[in-house]
Amino acid sequence: MDFIATHLLSTILFFPAIAALVIFFLPKDEANLHRWFALGASLVPFALSLYAWFNFRTIQPGYQFEEIYPWYTAIGSSLHLGVDGLSLSMVLLTTLLTPLAILASFSITDRTKAYMMLFLFLETGMLGVFMSIDLLVFFVFWEIGLVPMYFLINQWGSANRNYASLKFMIYTMGGSLGLLLAVQLLGVLFKTYDLQVITEQWATYTAAIGGVPASTFKTIAFWAFVIAFAVKVPLWPFHTWLPDAHTEAPTAGSMILAGVLLKLGAYGFLRLILPLYPEQAKAFAGALAFLAVAAIVFGAFASYAQTDFKRLVAYSSVNHMGFVVLGIAAAAFAVGTDDARIALNGAILQMFNHGLSAAGMFFLVGVIYERTHTRNLEEFGGLFPLVPVYGGILIFTSMASLGLPGLNGFISEFLVVRGSFGVGVNSVPVMAIYTAVAMLGLLFTGAYILKGIKKVLHGPLNEHWAHGEHKLTEINTREIIVMVPLMALILWIGLYPAWILDVINKAVVMLF
Amino acid sequence: MNFPVLSVITFTPIVAALIILMMPAHRRNETRVVALASATFALILSIWVYFSYDQAAAGYQFIEKYNWLPALGISLHFGVDGMSTPLVLLTGVVMFTGVLISWGDEDPHVKAGIQDRPREFFAFLFLLAGGVFGVFVSLDLFMLFFFYEIAVFPMYLLIAIWGWVVTREYAAMKLTLYLFIGSVVSLVGALVMYWMQYKNTGILSFDMLVMEQAGFSQAFQNLWFLPVFFGFAVLGGIWPFHNWSPDGHVAAPTAVSMFHAGVLMKLGAFAALRVGIMLLPDGARHWSWLIMAFAAIAVVYGAYIAFVQTDLKYMIGFSSVSHMGLVMLGLSTLNQNGLTGAGVQMFSHGVMTALFFAITGMIYDRSHTRMIPELGGMMKIMPFAGVGFIIGGLVSMGMPGFSGFVAEFPIFMGVWETQWLVAVIASISIVITAAYIMMNIRKVFFSELPEKLEGHVGDITVLDKIAIVALCLLMVGLGLFPGLMVPMVEAGALNILRLLGGA
Repeated sequence: MDFIATHLLSTILFFPAIAALVIFFLPKDEANLHRWFALGASLVPFALSLYAWFNFRTIQPGYQFEEIYPWYTAIGSSLHLGVDGLSLSMVLLTTLLTPLAILASFSITDRTKAYMMLFLFLETGMLGVFMSIDLLVFFVFWEIGLVPMYFLINQWGSANRNYASLKFMIYTMGGSLGLLLAVQLLGVLFKTYDLQVITEQWATYTAAIGGVPASTFKTIAFWAFVIAFAVKVPLWPFHTWLPDAHTEAPTAGSMILAGVLLKLGAYGFLRLILPLYPEQAKAFAGALAFLAVAAIVFGAFASYAQTDFKRLVAYSSVNHMGFVVLGIAAAAFAVGTDDARIALNGAILQMFNHGLSAAGMFFLVGVIYERTHTRNLEEFGGLFPLVPVYGGILIFTSMASLGLPGLNGFISEFLVVRGSFGVGVNSVPVMAIYTAVAMLGLLFTGAYILKGIKKVLHGPLNEHWAHGEHKLTEINTREIIVMVPLMALILWIGLYPAWILDVINKAVVMLF
Repeated sequence: MNFPVLSVITFTPIVAALIILMMPAHRRNETRVVALASATFALILSIWVYFSYDQAAAGYQFIEKYNWLPALGISLHFGVDGMSTPLVLLTGVVMFTGVLISWGDEDPHVKAGIQDRPREFFAFLFLLAGGVFGVFVSLDLFMLFFFYEIAVFPMYLLIAIWGWVVTREYAAMKLTLYLFIGSVVSLVGALVMYWMQYKNTGILSFDMLVMEQAGFSQAFQNLWFLPVFFGFAVLGGIWPFHNWSPDGHVAAPTAVSMFHAGVLMKLGAFAALRVGIMLLPDGARHWSWLIMAFAAIAVVYGAYIAFVQTDLKYMIGFSSVSHMGLVMLGLSTLNQNGLTGAGVQMFSHGVMTALFFAITGMIYDRSHTRMIPELGGMMKIMPFAGVGFIIGGLVSMGMPGFSGFVAEFPIFMGVWETQWLVAVIASISIVITAAYIMMNIRKVFFSELPEKLEGHVGDITVLDKIAIVALCLLMVGLGLFPGLMVPMVEAGALNILRLLGGA
């Protein structure tokens, strides 16, 4: 127990990878063994991160549970792990969603061994990004998570999976290219990759680099960071990989993709861009806010126009993640003000909330797809009487996504809007306009959510699903178990957000 | 510690080659056993050298010196430093795995590996391996040339006799001409250096440790650096002299391709470093911009050409040009990060490309085609080869967690320190590489098995699997724990920097 107490983060981080290696040695055809083993293995990091959550001291500044091991000493990089309120909430989200996604994948029958191994490797990759406070190690985990995701989409996806998986890979790698170069530059300048050291020195760095003034280089490096993270968030106009990847990915893949992978991008904005480039972030906050508003509005429009249920949910992610970036942009405008802190609180909570509701929505789409083998909204209709429980859950989750007061989405979107509008009123007027336009986007959020519900559950019943071999079956117990934790958290944050906002807010106050 | 381990390593393959040649031709399995035994012996010794090399002391170790032709100052002077020790290990690994995958399967339905005159094949292969070991451990310029030619010569026979019927004669001739012309140019440079040293200091010696102190003038170095460096760099596949290399790779039998891309190209880069940069450091500094420009072109152009290939072996051949370009790029920076990265990249690329060619050979032996559009569904038939190829592919695209990243990252950092624009340009190759590797993995391993291949393509042998596992473990191990190799290479890089006069 002592070992775990002193190596808490590394245990959480590497447990899934080690479990994946163990699965490799399990017999090949025992699908149930793979499933249960993977589920059990993914519950361990969850339990440990709950332990971390309750032992986390919110008022203590800086990183906690720090661990440091030499890794690549030749270039000054070490495996330096630590969490603050921001990363801990993301770690909790990741370790919560992974077991749910694995439980959701019990319906996978093809090559369960490889599937479960990839899923656990993916968890290690995602957790590493949230935990590392070494820039190079951050990048290592950032890239390495791509590989399992690529194969999950490419091997277990639906019809157009080859196109979608390659597009996902190339977009993200291409986007990260600038990040890679900028990371190298920082390493060359400071002979270390330790994030705390770099953050201190880079913000005040003024010497010319290779004959180019530092400010020019900083601006270029800033955009390199922004593009890498914007592709992942995804921010308009870098979002086009997302609907394809989501649509083709297996259900659990979509859950993790929307629930956690998109957060990696937003986390990059918060962890790296704001601390490393405060001036550039402030100077270009208008452009960021514009892109965020574009994502909100166009995401909502695009979502409304879809006839594929999964694509509708996918575009809704573009719409919702736009609010995260809007909050970040507003905060960059007015660092240090209360409005900025409110906006950031909202952005971080929105990351968590979107993780819950998007994972839930994708899972529910998967549930109905497994039964009907179609995602075409036109082929559904009036299903509520056939599957009342499923219908209830779908409406509940949709309402969270829509931002109904009392559920979690409302809290975070309200905070973002309140914060960025406050920034607009108090310091930067243009922000008020952006916020107003974003509110119009919110209106269409309501429209597409209701459209989705209507097309699936209401209206005239499509008789095809009512009788015979196509008769639609109700959501089963396993699937309900997947949804219960998500719905409980959605409701809990909606009714009493203080438990999580307390942690987030203290982190925000200390960080910015 | 008086055991002459380096000369034993060097002469083990050569002696084994002679023993094999004396065995009766029909004792095919005995031939193979002898080959495997001597390869294992050399591998164990090179592992031993690797782990007993004292990283703290650095410098040349395991030194042996025997007079050979004292009148001309030629001696058999062996020793390894942090740069060459990993390459000795690499040669041992490639030799061992090369024998394993050439073992093959006598089953007439499969006919994998080398079934035609294995005796002569292994003899020539081992002669080549002995030459390679010799170059890596030689501290005497004459001996370095001596072993260099020993390594290049069997290549001709191996390709012309056991190669791919369609292009083997053309490729073997092209390769030999390129490499001999290159080495002649270098040799002229070396002789001029020898003469100039005599003129300067009155010492007649081919010993490179002595030559380092010869005090060549700047003008002399500027003039002779180019022939010496590029003469060797031809074998390292530097653009625009890379042309022989993909043809040679394609025509060569599997084990020879592994040696060729895995070790022989390192020979060129290593000799260019040892003789060109270390003996003519001022010349190197004068011309480093040119090497950097050529290397940057090789990196991007090689990746692009690899992207458009439809022949699996050509694809890997051109990707080697791209990756060896990174080695040259690292060398051209002349700083610690760049040189360290180049050293690690030589090892990493050697293992990776040996693995690629091994797997390609396994596929070709069984499907009789290397054309990417004609292949498919190999994952179900040979899952081991599939996973191995994927790991190799991830190394190739510089994915973090694998050895390629550990090697490329310092190279790029080194380039940043000298000319940031080149780093930006060269980084384009990463995305191109990712694209072609992923597309080809998908097509060859995951798409539907073509009807033509159904039924008569079988799984790989146990020995093949051992070879794949060994190579993969090296790449993943180095990727996860760079501390296993990087400090050693760094010590070697510091030694080179000492000669260059900078810190």
